[in-house]
Amino acid sequence: MGSGFVLSQADGRPMYLQIIEQIKRRIAVGDWKAGELIPSIRQLAADLQVSVITVKRAYLELEREGVIATHHGKGSVVATGADVASRIYEQELAKHLEQAARVASLLGVSPREMQSRLRQATERLADAVKDKT
Amino acid sequence: MNDVAVQLDGVGKDYRFFSLSDIRLELPYGHIMGFIGPNGAGKSTTLRILMGLVHQDRGDVRVLGHPMPAAQVAAKWDVGFASEDMRLYDGSTLDWHMRFSRSIYPSWDQPYAQTLLKRFDLRPEQRMKGMSHGQRVKATLLLVLARRPRLLVLDEPTTGLDPVARHEVLRELTAVMQDDRRSVLFSSHNTQDVEQISDQITFIDRGRIIDCRDKESFLDRWRRIRVELPGDLAVPALPGIIGVTRTGRLAVATTNAFDASLARAYEAAGIRVHAVEAMTLEEIFVTNVQYSREGVAV
Repeated sequence: MGSGFVLSQADGRPMYLQIIEQIKRRIAVGDWKAGELIPSIRQLAADLQVSVITVKRAYLELEREGVIATHHGKGSVVATGADVASRIYEQELAKHLEQAARVASLLGVSPREMQSRLRQATERLADAVKDKT
Repeated sequence: MNDVAVQLDGVGKDYRFFSLSDIRLELPYGHIMGFIGPNGAGKSTTLRILMGLVHQDRGDVRVLGHPMPAAQVAAKWDVGFASEDMRLYDGSTLDWHMRFSRSIYPSWDQPYAQTLLKRFDLRPEQRMKGMSHGQRVKATLLLVLARRPRLLVLDEPTTGLDPVARHEVLRELTAVMQDDRRSVLFSSHNTQDVEQISDQITFIDRGRIIDCRDKESFLDRWRRIRVELPGDLAVPALPGIIGVTRTGRLAVATTNAFDASLARAYEAAGIRVHAVEAMTLEEIFVTNVQYSREGVAV
């Protein structure tokens, strides 16, 4: 059975980051459930046709973040306990905020202005949702 | 027996117009190594030395634990070698070659050979003579892969193949790695293929190895840093920066030893860092060769 992952060569990010993202997404949407066995490193590498070392790096990173757990000789499972799915969205939010802060500092936008722009963006989104319903 | 599939130590070979000097290589089991170099860099000579086809003038070569060229007969049962100039029998069909290999190698996997025929889009009844370049390359690879050797040594396995065939070859090579007791060493001009499937990468130029490490550290250590200088301040020489090109107030610094402190050091010197960009293996390779030819230590 294939993993269903598709890596992009046009995507500027390194392969291991793309693998991390696709595994997180799969967990976040509930396709891979807590405690479930995920493909072995060598299996996923063959499936994606990428080097073992790249998949290994993605798994190590995911272990470090507590998203998966690896039991020696038994393979890797989706971490149980803490709500991995919501933690993944939380991490994503933190990443986007950091990026926004970086661009803001490059453009010389003040923290106060950033706050009001963020509020505006939130309100726009709320309005858009209201219009749809 | 040690845990490396291929080991070259201080290997050299002298020709009239070319020398291979101090080649050191180690390929662990369960790994794929991509061997990259410009034309005439010594890739094929190195692969031939480790197959015992060319004898080194100095240095030690071990393949699957066997000293080469002395124990080449013992080593070759479990090593599959394919190169473009491999001589198949022009007047015979692919099927004849398959039956021939099957009669010699007990490890021959007939169902796998049948699968490869389909995947590589080859016809067994076709004679070698009538095959296109790409078909001959695929036929050679089929004959080697179906033996399921512990070590595959492939000289330019994807050169001259169309994108579909290239894709199939890469798929078979990564499939080999499901077994962590097997290894692949292949040379290529195609840095994209190497970047995709290799665990270890070795750069060779003018008969010398100029860099050799695992792929992830290759990709991690090289960065282009785009900076903006205040006024006509010179770009400060920071450790790890191997070159800077500048136009006006904008400059691009290239490093092969990146870590976050580099960007912070620029900021501390009043230099604004616009972007830190990753480099493709091709860019890394070309830059590496250029600097090493100019005598810059990289």
